[in-house]
Parts: sequence; structure tokens; C-alpha cells
Amino acid sequence: MDLETLLSFDWSVMAPEFIILGVATLLSLLDLFLPKKIDRRLLGWLGFASILVALGFLVGMYDKGPEEVTAILYETYRLDSFAMAFKTLILVGAAFVMLMAISYEPKEGLREYRGEFFYLLLLGVLGAMIMSSSGDLITLFVGLELLSLASYVLAGLRKKNLQSNEAAMKYVINGGIATAITLFGMSYVYGLTGTTNLQEMWVSLSQINAHDMQYLLVIAFMMMFVGLSFKLATAPFHMWAPDVYQGAPTPVTAFLAVVSKTAGFIIVLRLFVTLFFPTRAAEGASMLFSMGEFIAVLAVASMIIGNFVALRQRNVKRMFAYSGVAHAGYLLVPLATVNFIFIFEAMWFYLAAYLFMNIGALAVLQVVTARDDSEDLSRFAGLYQRAPLLAVLMSVFLLSLAGIPGTAGFIGKLSIFVGAISEPSNAYVLASVLILTTVVSYFYYFGIMTQMFFRPAASQERIHVPVGIWITVFVCAIGTLVLGILPGLALNLFGSNFDILKDILVPGN
Amino acid sequence: MNSIFLTALIFAPLLGILVLLFTPKTNVEAIKIVGFLATLPSLILALIAFWQYKAGAGLEQYAVNREWITFGNKDLTGEIYGSQVYQPISFELGINGFSLVMILLTAVLSTLAAIASIHVKKEWKGYFILFLLLQIGMLGVFAAENLLLFFFFFELTLIPMFFLIGKWGYFEKESAAYRFLIYNGLGSAILLIVFVVLFTKTGTMNIAEITAMFTGNSDAMFLGEVSDDLRMGLLIALLVAFGIKLPIVPLHSWMLKVHVQAPPSIVMLHAGVLLKIGAFGLIRFGVGIFPEQFDQLAFILAILGVVNLLYGAFLALIQTDFKMVLAYSSISHMGIVLIGLAALNEAGVQGAIFQVVSHGFIAALLFFLIGVMYERTGTTDIGKLGGLAKAMPLTAGFFLVGAMASIGLPGMSGFVSEFLAFMGLFNEMPVVAAVGTLGIILTAAYLLRAVLGMTFGTKAAGYSEKVVDLRGVEFVPVFAMLLFIILIGVYPSILAQPLQETINAIILGIGG
Repeated sequence: MDLETLLSFDWSVMAPEFIILGVATLLSLLDLFLPKKIDRRLLGWLGFASILVALGFLVGMYDKGPEEVTAILYETYRLDSFAMAFKTLILVGAAFVMLMAISYEPKEGLREYRGEFFYLLLLGVLGAMIMSSSGDLITLFVGLELLSLASYVLAGLRKKNLQSNEAAMKYVINGGIATAITLFGMSYVYGLTGTTNLQEMWVSLSQINAHDMQYLLVIAFMMMFVGLSFKLATAPFHMWAPDVYQGAPTPVTAFLAVVSKTAGFIIVLRLFVTLFFPTRAAEGASMLFSMGEFIAVLAVASMIIGNFVALRQRNVKRMFAYSGVAHAGYLLVPLATVNFIFIFEAMWFYLAAYLFMNIGALAVLQVVTARDDSEDLSRFAGLYQRAPLLAVLMSVFLLSLAGIPGTAGFIGKLSIFVGAISEPSNAYVLASVLILTTVVSYFYYFGIMTQMFFRPAASQERIHVPVGIWITVFVCAIGTLVLGILPGLALNLFGSNFDILKDILVPGN
Repeated sequence: MNSIFLTALIFAPLLGILVLLFTPKTNVEAIKIVGFLATLPSLILALIAFWQYKAGAGLEQYAVNREWITFGNKDLTGEIYGSQVYQPISFELGINGFSLVMILLTAVLSTLAAIASIHVKKEWKGYFILFLLLQIGMLGVFAAENLLLFFFFFELTLIPMFFLIGKWGYFEKESAAYRFLIYNGLGSAILLIVFVVLFTKTGTMNIAEITAMFTGNSDAMFLGEVSDDLRMGLLIALLVAFGIKLPIVPLHSWMLKVHVQAPPSIVMLHAGVLLKIGAFGLIRFGVGIFPEQFDQLAFILAILGVVNLLYGAFLALIQTDFKMVLAYSSISHMGIVLIGLAALNEAGVQGAIFQVVSHGFIAALLFFLIGVMYERTGTTDIGKLGGLAKAMPLTAGFFLVGAMASIGLPGMSGFVSEFLAFMGLFNEMPVVAAVGTLGIILTAAYLLRAVLGMTFGTKAAGYSEKVVDLRGVEFVPVFAMLLFIILIGVYPSILAQPLQETINAIILGIGG
């Protein structure tokens, strides 16, 4: 590859990634050379600005025309509507997480390593962005690892905190195993097709005689799914989540719960739709459909385990970890039913809703639990007396997580639900589990509200809410309500700009 | 020109919420006045609509229709699925005679309950914000023209009720709030399943279109297969969902707790309006969409109705707490709604709907009085309240009048509804109806036992000598509700006329 070829690529499509990468590098240099007395929060604001600029560039690319897919570097990096739609979610989520990180103040302080916080976050975001845009197993894996490695360090950022250390340790070991399993699965597909390029794989898999390769492909599917389930935190591969969520600094918890999970669903969608949709299973149907039952079992397990175990948690962060497991279970439902009218729309919308409501709730959690290290449910007692506005906004997030109409969470669940029981999928059992476990979730979400509104406060001490948290909480609350009352705004944006199924399967130019 | 009318009617309390948000917490007088005033616009608009309708104006003019949400309409794969599978879901509001009556009932009771809220003790601001939110939900349920919107408002009543019970209720308020939440949450979950199945089978959320398709009055094609079994399944699911709300025995245990633990003003709305949503839903969706299947279930429903009637009455007979007597009495009276519906003839359905409205006023009146009494004496135990007529002659008198209405004294609304419902049932299933009449006797027994036990005899030791009788503003709700009770009792056609259209539609749907 000579310089001329290199220059002939349309590098402009990578502008958002370059901005993030550039600023991350800049921040690490600044952190190194800036005098100690300068507040490292400045770096955080710089990082926040870079995310917004990257988002601006991304939105500018929306009107590329539905048929046009740009791929550079020999189809390893693709800018199709799938990438744009999901990258938007990652950047929006990352912006909020950055704001939370700027306002994060643990008891022992962050001192000299506050700077790392920001550029590691940016690197994680970069990894997630590369994952959404990759058209090759290699880039997919590089993106995944970049995100994972950044997350491992971030989880252990509170060096002096025992729980944080434990979280990082658990996360690295579990994550390492999950990565190995994913890679193992990928190697099977590579072995069968002789290429790492997703487009070429799709061509070669669609010609494969199903009977010969059936079992190898099933193993590949299982292995990749199990490995990636770790990122999604779906049962039974969720064991790390409660400990890591609890031990990690709260902004990192938000990052793992939202950005990292979104990235996980991105890779799952891209991999499985491109690899297994064209492959025919024994009966001649698409293999993606025939594997639906396997995913459905995981979905049901996640919804049930997540919701029921969350009932028993006193630690709010653990409760959110299990609630996250449950939500990942809801998100697996469209994947299990593969109803192509709904799958992308429903998952994209649900992830968008989840982004607003979960980050919002975790931001409130961050300020409420900031004072001392306790994350016990009783920290929320009497919040309505101490900070009425915060309590009301928190209720908006909790109602949305519980899926009450008028909030984004309801519309998200509804679209998943409609997709599950409409004509080609007819997954009544799955849909019923979704709805009934939702009712179970009322118990613990309303439990927090009971604390906030019904219980007396232990102390009348004022809660200090930093400006970054206010911005996060307000924007998230507005997002939650607007997506709940006028979901058409987001659905139409999605519908008119992105034609994912077409895009994801055509070779780029 | 009227397109804004209905939207304004339903969302008018929102204005009050906005004002309340900016009213300082300490300014209690202002909060009370704003809270009360905010219930008025809906009432006035409802009265205007009713008056116009009485004068002969059509109700179609109030319909609102705006495109709202579009689901899964993107023609992604072209070859496999056609475009426009599902119609866009619109924001559709509209009223017919039946829902107009229900809206009027809601608006009247909301205003009266706002007056009754003077007995609330703390945190007025939060109370009235939730109260007004509840009012929006209740009004919206009756005006919703599509399933999603119905569900939206249905759930909107759930959240404020949870907090109103849990924060402003009596001793076991939190467990009552949770029981309310879980039972009703399950009910609405089942309801949502039914609604979405209907949506995926018909491609539309519009209630009228779905009804037309299911009763064979439409040219539109079903998107998927709808077998008779599925129809029956959906109807049974609806029965459970609305049965929780109504409540049908054995799904009633939450409702007792709410009746006893919630603040009186909220119980007025709960007994007066929220329970009626169950009946409304059964009539609108159960009978409306699945007339044939409903007909097949009629006998079981009649049995359920009689069970409700007798179970409630027997248990009311042995209660020592007056609130419990009334709670069981509500269960018993909802049995009459079921009986009327099960008859599925003109008199029966008319009786059922009459009972819905009539019980709304009577229950609200009795619960208001009980609130007044509890505020003065601090107890609702019948044994501790003997001889109340001496200390509180007016309250005691009104209690007796309310009880008479509830028993079904001719000239009051309760009589008309019970008479019609039983007349309907005697035509269809005379034996069941005969057993049911036992309930009427029991009603007289338990209500007279309870009310006379409280009012007559010598003064019991449960309260002090110097309790104050009904006074000032407390007369307004009492007189207003009595007025409606007697008006319906003496001049039933004020209700019968607007309801005729709905009843005709039902009878036509059944085909008999």
C-alpha cells in the first residue's frame, strides 16, 4: 500500500474518530506537562467539547443519501447508516458521562490521576465508535479491546478504594476470558470463510452448503454470543456486573451501563446480522432465525434474574446493576425474534431511552451518595425534603425505567413488544415475560421513590449539586419526557435518515 | 372550531399544576384555592358539552385527531413486507353519550373532592399537584379514542394514586399503596398485552375501527389470523384486567385496603370514578369488540355478579368498621354492574351503566361524610360511634339519606339502576336473578345496621361530647351529590337519553 492509495481514501468520514483521538492525545500530553496546581477539570471540559464537535460532524454526515455507503481501508471501516445511528447514541452518552466525571468527587479525592479519567474515557468512546463502524473482524476486535482496556483501568481508578480495586480485578479477569471466547468463535468463522472481511464473509457464507458447516457455525455463533454477552451483561454472564458497578466510580458505572452496553449491542447486531442472516440453516431458513430460541432463553433468563434479584438489593448501585441485566434482557427480545420491520428501530430507540433514563438516574445517585461511601437505599430517604427538584427528576427516570407511559421507557418497551408479537415473530411467551417482569420491577423502582417521598430524612444537610450534574440531569429528564410524549421526533429522525438493513448488507464504495 | 375543546377539557388541570409549581409551599391558602379552582374549567366545559348535547348538538364536533407515533412503518426489506403495515397512531380524542356522562361524573366529583380535601393535613402543594394529575388521567380515559391513549391515561391515574395513598393515607398507607400498585400494575400489564395483540392483528389503534373489524362491519382486512379461541382469550384477559379495577371477587383484596387507608377525598374519587373505569372498559372493549364471545360468557358473568353481590353483602354485615362496611358495599354494588351486563338486553345494560353513575355519587357522598366524621371523632368504629345523632344531627341525617340511596329507595338513583339491572337479568336468567335479589335485602340489613348503630342509641365512649356538626363549605359537596342522586332518581331520562346510543350499539352488536 503506497502513499497514493492511502491518500485516495475518503478520510473525512473518520472525522469524528480523529477528533476524539486527537483530543485524547492532547489531553494526555497536557496532563503530563501542565503544572500540578492547575485544576484538571479543565481537561474534562475540553474532552466534553471534543465529543460535542465530533457529534456535530457526525450529524453533518446524516444526509449522505440512503444508498451511499462509504467504506475506506479496504472495507475495514464503513460509514453506513447503522454506524451513524448507533454512533450518535455513543457520543451523546459519552458527553453525559464526561459531565458526570467532571463533577465526580469521591471522599478520598482523585488528586493526581483525575486527568487520566478524561482521556481514558475518550479512548473508550473511540473504541466504541470504531466498533460501530467496522466492516472487518479485525477492526471490530480492535475496537472492542480498546473499549475494554479503557474500561478495566477506569473501573479501578479509585486506587485507594478497596472495592474499586476488587472491581477492576474482577473485571479484567472476567473480561479477559470473555474476550478469549469471542475470539475463539471468530476464528471458526474465519476458518470457514478464509477471510476476516464481513462483506466477503457474507458472500461466502451465503454460498456455503448448510449441512456441511452447520455445527461449526453453530459453535461459532454460540461462542461469539457468549463472549459478547459479557459486554451486554445478560444472564448468565452477568456475574461481574454487580461487583463492578458497585466498585467503579459512579461515572464509570454510567459508562459501563450505557456506552459500553450500547457498544455491545452494536457489535452483536452487526456481526450476527451480516454473518448469519445469509447463512441457511438445515431447513433452508436463515440461520439467524433458527438461533432465535437460544437468544430467547438468554433473554428470559436475564429478565427474570435481573428483576427478581434486584428486588433484594439494598445497595442502590447493585440494584441498578441487576436492573441493567433486566434491561439487557428486554433488548435481547427483538434480537431473538428478528422481526426486521422492528429490530433496528426498536433496539435503537430503546438504547436511546435507556441512555437518558439510566444516565440521569446514575447522575442523581452520584450526588446523593457523594458525601460518604454508603450507597444504601436509605441514602435516598427524605430526598424530597432536602432537594425537591432532584427527587422529582429522579422519579421521572425511575418511572421511565419502570416503563410507565409518558416516558421514553414506555415507548421503548412498547416498540419491542409490538415487534415481538406482530406477524412473523409471534413470540407471545417472550413478550409476556417482558411485560410481567416489568410489573415485578415496579417494586424496586417504587421502593426508591418510597424512600424519597415517604421516609423522613436522616439529616437536613443540603446536597451540593455540581453544575455538570445539573446539566446532565436536566437534559436527560427532558430527553426522557420528550421521547415519551413525542416519540415521533426520534422515530422519524431514525426512519427518514437511516435505512439500516439495506445499508448493512451492501458493499461500500 | 371545537377541535381544541376536548383537549382543553382534559388538560385544563395542567394549568393548575403549573401555577402550583410556582406557588411557595408555605402559602397554604393560595394552594388550596388554586387547587380547587383548577378543577373548575373541566367541570364548566363538561357542563357546556352536556348542555349543548341536550340541546341537540352532535358530539362528533368534539373529535380531535392528530398524527402522533409511527411504528415499524419503514419498508426495510421491500420484498418480504409491504409498506405501511401499521397505520400511524394518532392522538385521538372524542366523546359519545356514555363517555360524556362519565366525564361529567368525573368533573363533578373532582371538584367536590377538591373541596373535601380541606381535611388533608399536610403538604398541600404536592397533594394538589398529584390530585390534578389524577384528574387529567381520569378525564382522559373516558375521552380516549384509541387504545394507546386509553392506556396512557389509564396508567396516568396509577402514579398519583400510589403517592396519594402512600403519603396522605392512614396507618397502613404504604402497604395499601403497594398493593394498589401491584394489583393494578398487573391489570394494566394484561391490558397492554390485549391492546398490542389487537394492534398487531388490525394494524390500527383506533377503537371504532377495531370494533368495526371485529364485529364484521368493516371492509378492512385483518393482518393476521384471529380465531375464535384468540377472541375468547382476549376477552378473558380483558375481564381479568378490568376485573381487578372493578373489582370482581376474588381480585378485590387491594381495593379494601385502599378504601380504608386512603384519605377520604381520594376514596371519593376512587370509589366514584376509578372503579368505574373497570366497568367502562368492560362495556367499551369487552362487549363492544367481542359481542359474540361476551354472549357466550354471559352466564358465568351473571354468576360472578351474584357472587360479588352476595359476598360483599355478607361480609359487610359482619364488619365493625364503617369504612369496611362501605368497602364491601362497593364490591357488592359492582356485582349489580356485572349482573346488568350479563343480561345483555336493553334494560340490563342500561341498569349497569346507571349503577356506574349512581354508585359514583352515592359512594362519594358516603365517603365524604365518613371523612367529616373521622375528622371530628377520630374513629370509624361503629361501636364507638353510637348516638351520633345527638352530637352531629346533620351528619347523621345525611348518612341515613346516603344509606337509603344506596339501599335503593325509590326516588333515588340507586333504585333505578337496581331495578333495571334485575329486570334485565330476570328476562334472561330468572334463577340467577332470584338468588341475586337476596343481595338487595342484605344491603338493607347491613347498611341500616351500620348507620343506625352509629346514629341512634346512647352516646358511646369513643368520642368527645363537643364534636362539631357539618359546617360551612362542607355542605357544598353533600348538597351537590344529593342533588344528582335525587335528580337521576326522579328524572332518569336525563341519563337515559345520552346513553341510548351506546346501549343501542351494544344491543345491535349482540344481535338481539
